[in-house]
Amino acid sequence: MATTSAAAPPLGPEKTYRDKLAAGRFEIQRCAACAKHVFYPRVLCPHCGADRLEWVRPSGRGTVYSSTVVRRRPADGGDYSVVLIDLEEGVRMMSRVAGIAPQAVAIGLRVQARIAGEGEAALVEFVPA
Amino acid sequence: MRSSLRGSVAVAGVGLACCGEAPGWSETEIMAAAAKNALADAGLTTRDVDGVVVASTNIFMSGLAFAEQLGMRPRFTDSTMVGGSSFVGHLIPAALALQAGLADAVLVAYGSNQRTGVGRGETAKYKAALDPQPFEHPYKPFNPPSSYALAAARHMHQYATTREQLAEVAVAARKWAQLNPEAFAREPLVVQDVLAARMVSDPLTVRDCCLVTDGGGAYVLVRAERAKDLPKPPVYLLGAASAHWHRQISSMPDLTVTAASESGARAFEMAGLRPADVDVLELYDAFTINTILFLEDLGFCAKGEGGPFVSGGRIAPGGTLPVNTNGGGLSCVHPGMYGIFLVVEAVRQLRGEAGARQVAGPEVALAHGNGGVLSSQITALFGTGAAL
Repeated sequence: MATTSAAAPPLGPEKTYRDKLAAGRFEIQRCAACAKHVFYPRVLCPHCGADRLEWVRPSGRGTVYSSTVVRRRPADGGDYSVVLIDLEEGVRMMSRVAGIAPQAVAIGLRVQARIAGEGEAALVEFVPA
Repeated sequence: MRSSLRGSVAVAGVGLACCGEAPGWSETEIMAAAAKNALADAGLTTRDVDGVVVASTNIFMSGLAFAEQLGMRPRFTDSTMVGGSSFVGHLIPAALALQAGLADAVLVAYGSNQRTGVGRGETAKYKAALDPQPFEHPYKPFNPPSSYALAAARHMHQYATTREQLAEVAVAARKWAQLNPEAFAREPLVVQDVLAARMVSDPLTVRDCCLVTDGGGAYVLVRAERAKDLPKPPVYLLGAASAHWHRQISSMPDLTVTAASESGARAFEMAGLRPADVDVLELYDAFTINTILFLEDLGFCAKGEGGPFVSGGRIAPGGTLPVNTNGGGLSCVHPGMYGIFLVVEAVRQLRGEAGARQVAGPEVALAHGNGGVLSSQITALFGTGAAL
């Protein structure tokens, strides 16, 4: 993706990620130089600075690192979950846990990724594993 | 190598303005009103100022707007914007400019009408459009509280910190505020009140969150030798350092360890001081978890022990460690960004001007700024002539 010419590559990493998600594929980056995984998608590896980031499919397995319940009036849709998930590959992402009450989402809960929504609205959420 | 910045500059004047509610005041006008008070305190006028350092969440090119409002033509301007910590951070470029002879008197100022002006919901909408955070916004964290809630939840999980211990921070701040006639929230508050308050983003209730007020503050920085000739006793800058490791909470490596562990260590090294030397602390308490994290990361207690450390009134009036003596962002004032108020209160304490809340004979004060969501961490150490 990164090129030595001044011409811009076709798409930036964020748009590339979103396009993949819209097509039903959850992919993250992995640095071919230092072998570490990277999220969110970057131009350069945030660990070693190399420009050899490649797209890979994570297992989707993760653990709740922290969890909060955002309180909202029932009339506005009620309370909802916001979490930080540590993926098996060693990266962290913000998400939500679906399928159980937000108050029941505990730190340490094992979860599995799935794609919710379609097209531009597609995003990764998690359900208990 | 010992930095040549240590003791080279001093705060000559501080001032506040429009704290609480200031309907009918624009943000630039509040900045100017605070500047007026700081200059009067320093025995100076706008004609004596040739450097300005300001930041704003809303005003585009705030340095230009501020200088224009006061009719100044500064030869040094900086508008570094790293969130609420900015005004502690501004000590660094201001001191460098003074030391290099690029300016002879630098005015640092902040003002906001966040409470009575354009609503936060409205500005949040515009900011989300101009500065999208595509890896967080789709999940609708109610920020900033949700980000701090995630840090608090993790600290509770990892170190058995309790909601009661978080509440102790809010109660101590309120007790200080009750001694400060300028504080916004002064009605009695006990631990049970904090726990029973409306939950915002678990585990933080509205009483774990800072105030939303209007207000402004300013300070004047000059070279140390000039400060001696001005009316107020100089308050010397002994150390200052900045660190940041992330912007968004989802990129913070460990939610229980902030970059204050780095900024604090470097500031203490510059000052040649240790935590035990500090007589009074002003910590950026946007949320109750902040005070606990910063006491740990700045070395006042071990990691994980912040909860027990703040209990039993240790940081409240009459306790052994005076923290947030003006009442803090939790009970005194918090107009969007709080950093300037940390410096103002540290200076007032070191001068012995703090009235009923005055700490007995302090010689060293620490001001610690926080910006973003536990993101930018900036530590400053100040001292009286005795500490120089």
